[in-house]
Amino acid sequence: MSAHVHAAPAPVGGRLLNAVSFVCGVLILAAFAILALRFWGGLGAVTNLNDGYPWGIWVVGDVVIGSAFACGGFSVAMLVYIFNKGEYHPLVRPALLASLFGYSLAGAGVIFDLGRYWNFWHILWPGYASPNSVMFEVAACISLYILVMWLEFSPTFFEKFGWTNAQRKVGRAMFFLVGLGTVLPMMHQSSLGSMLIVFGTQLHPLWQTMALPAIYLISAITIGYAVVLFESCVAAAGYRRSIELHLLTPLAKVMLGMLGLYLALRFGDLIVRGAIATAFEPTLQAFMFWLESIAFVLPLWILGTPAKRANPANLFVGGAVLMIAGILLRVNSYLVGYQTGDGWSYFPSIPEMLVTFGMFAIEVLAYIVITRRFPVLPREDHAPAGQAA
Amino acid sequence: MNTRRDFLKCALAGGAAVATAGAGPAQARGNAEISPDAVGLLFDSTLCIGCKACVAACKAANDLPVDINTTPDSPWDVPLDTTARTFNVIKVYKDGKATLKDAEQGGYSFMKSSCLHCVDPSCVSACPVSAMKKDPVTGIVGYDKDACIGCRYCVAACPFGIPKYDYDSPTGAIGKCQLCRHRMQDGHYAACAEVCPTGATLYGKVSDLKAEAQRRLALKAGDTTAFPRGNLTAGDQPSWEGVVPAYVQHVYGEKEVGGTQMIKLAAVPFDKLGHKPLPERSFSSKSETMQHTLYGGLALPVVALGVMTFLAKRNMPKDDGTEGTHTDQQEGGR
Repeated sequence: MSAHVHAAPAPVGGRLLNAVSFVCGVLILAAFAILALRFWGGLGAVTNLNDGYPWGIWVVGDVVIGSAFACGGFSVAMLVYIFNKGEYHPLVRPALLASLFGYSLAGAGVIFDLGRYWNFWHILWPGYASPNSVMFEVAACISLYILVMWLEFSPTFFEKFGWTNAQRKVGRAMFFLVGLGTVLPMMHQSSLGSMLIVFGTQLHPLWQTMALPAIYLISAITIGYAVVLFESCVAAAGYRRSIELHLLTPLAKVMLGMLGLYLALRFGDLIVRGAIATAFEPTLQAFMFWLESIAFVLPLWILGTPAKRANPANLFVGGAVLMIAGILLRVNSYLVGYQTGDGWSYFPSIPEMLVTFGMFAIEVLAYIVITRRFPVLPREDHAPAGQAA
Repeated sequence: MNTRRDFLKCALAGGAAVATAGAGPAQARGNAEISPDAVGLLFDSTLCIGCKACVAACKAANDLPVDINTTPDSPWDVPLDTTARTFNVIKVYKDGKATLKDAEQGGYSFMKSSCLHCVDPSCVSACPVSAMKKDPVTGIVGYDKDACIGCRYCVAACPFGIPKYDYDSPTGAIGKCQLCRHRMQDGHYAACAEVCPTGATLYGKVSDLKAEAQRRLALKAGDTTAFPRGNLTAGDQPSWEGVVPAYVQHVYGEKEVGGTQMIKLAAVPFDKLGHKPLPERSFSSKSETMQHTLYGGLALPVVALGVMTFLAKRNMPKDDGTEGTHTDQQEGGR
């Protein structure tokens, strides 16, 4: 790995206040105003939640999807350190940064969805905590992982502040943090699928399967790579940097390999269980299933040839489509395929959506501030855009 | 080329490991067993006259407020469904002119909707903080709002849609029937059974209730028989003579999701009364089998952590202080 020589990470620099950060700020303020109402009047004051659909987009969007999108750090770190692909090293820090915020916000986001949030510590407290509950596993694992990720990322801050001693100490333990940082997300990303098993026949057979943990885990790893492609393209465009094609092109190939594995598992399971027959019934669930499946298959075509993978536009679109596929799998299995009985329906309210947008705005804003002021992205010697190395 | 093949091989092996671990029967658990002293209810739809005395008694016994879910112009509290503020309602099935009691066509029939106190409850399995607990002796599924974090996993998990959350309160809690366990110290039992004038809702030990249900199913329609009231096991209220209806030959709750402690009889098919068919294997046993297979004794995660840590250690430069960028940074300067 040390054979690879990369440009060291360096702050991008530039102004913090611009159109993007201003919009983010407005969205964040709106979200906080709505949250104040929620804590004053209860969940019903701002959400469309009901007893048929007790979980809405704050759970499915902010936590289930948000944490899957935050798998970039884990997916890339696994590639670099576990599969020894040192050439991808420059992608680790930016990916880890996005993951750090994705997970920290997922963790914080849970608090305002909890109806009795002041008791939240019970979930990790002996005597209250129930290991039979899948949610206990998710909560314990995510909490620990957030801590591990801050430690994994801490050298960036130590480097900026010149705390070389602390930097060395964390560096010595880094191999263990990386080990934890791969096992913990594997555990809770699979558990986010296992959470649905107890729903039993309330969940449509297109999604209810004992293969849910594997489906959720492999899709999360695949989405992790998709997010890195998407993010690298956006960062390159936003900061007018040259795009890291020499890394992204082979990474896209790795992603397609994982995607192939995912599709084999997903459709293999549907065929073995015979549930695939229900995909041909005239139902909303079947329609949404095909939408989800098309979004998962499309990147195979968008990024199918070496020439396409060398095209930044294809990398961006391929990554984005796969992210949409990941959203659809999660929305379908938690909401569309979940039916508690006649008469119940759910669609998020505008305030509910604004809170979710606000959460994503916090992530974008934090990413901008940190990459501009801290050494995250690889140093660039002002090569004109387009003249990629 | 080679790198990709290696990666895919590793990924496949990992995926296969996850898949086999998931399917492994090593830690499989079956449905939970019922306690010999379990108590519950027998609801006989054919005996219910729809007086809703049980609905009012439930509200009084549990000190519950007027529901917001009531019909707009009703002179009194008429909850349409169970909510966090209403633990028991009587629903009606109607067909056509609805003139004949307990007739599927052109008739009507009543059905009680309240917690079934599952033998192997999904809500208890789902609850991450032990706020939902099943009493090991009575089998009553109780709720402790002081332990609850309000995650509503129980609401989502229950196949009968019973635990409900109060979305209109900033300190909302879950509401559900707890079989009047708070009244049992004084010798009382479920208020709904105490007040039921016809014995449509009957309280007792589940073993007694099951025997009574089987006795009724074995009777010939049109004959007369004695219908007990109140507490079947204690025999505290006089029974009455009535005509045996044409029962559907099915005790709902005997087998559904591993059995329930409230069992039901009816003369109209159960799916018409809002009781969808359910498998015999409990959903919580499936979920817990998965969890215990993957996490039993933390064996699998510890092995995985060992492998990952070993690989990370091997693949990371020895003097690396900054996850691989330290030396690069020295060369690059700042």
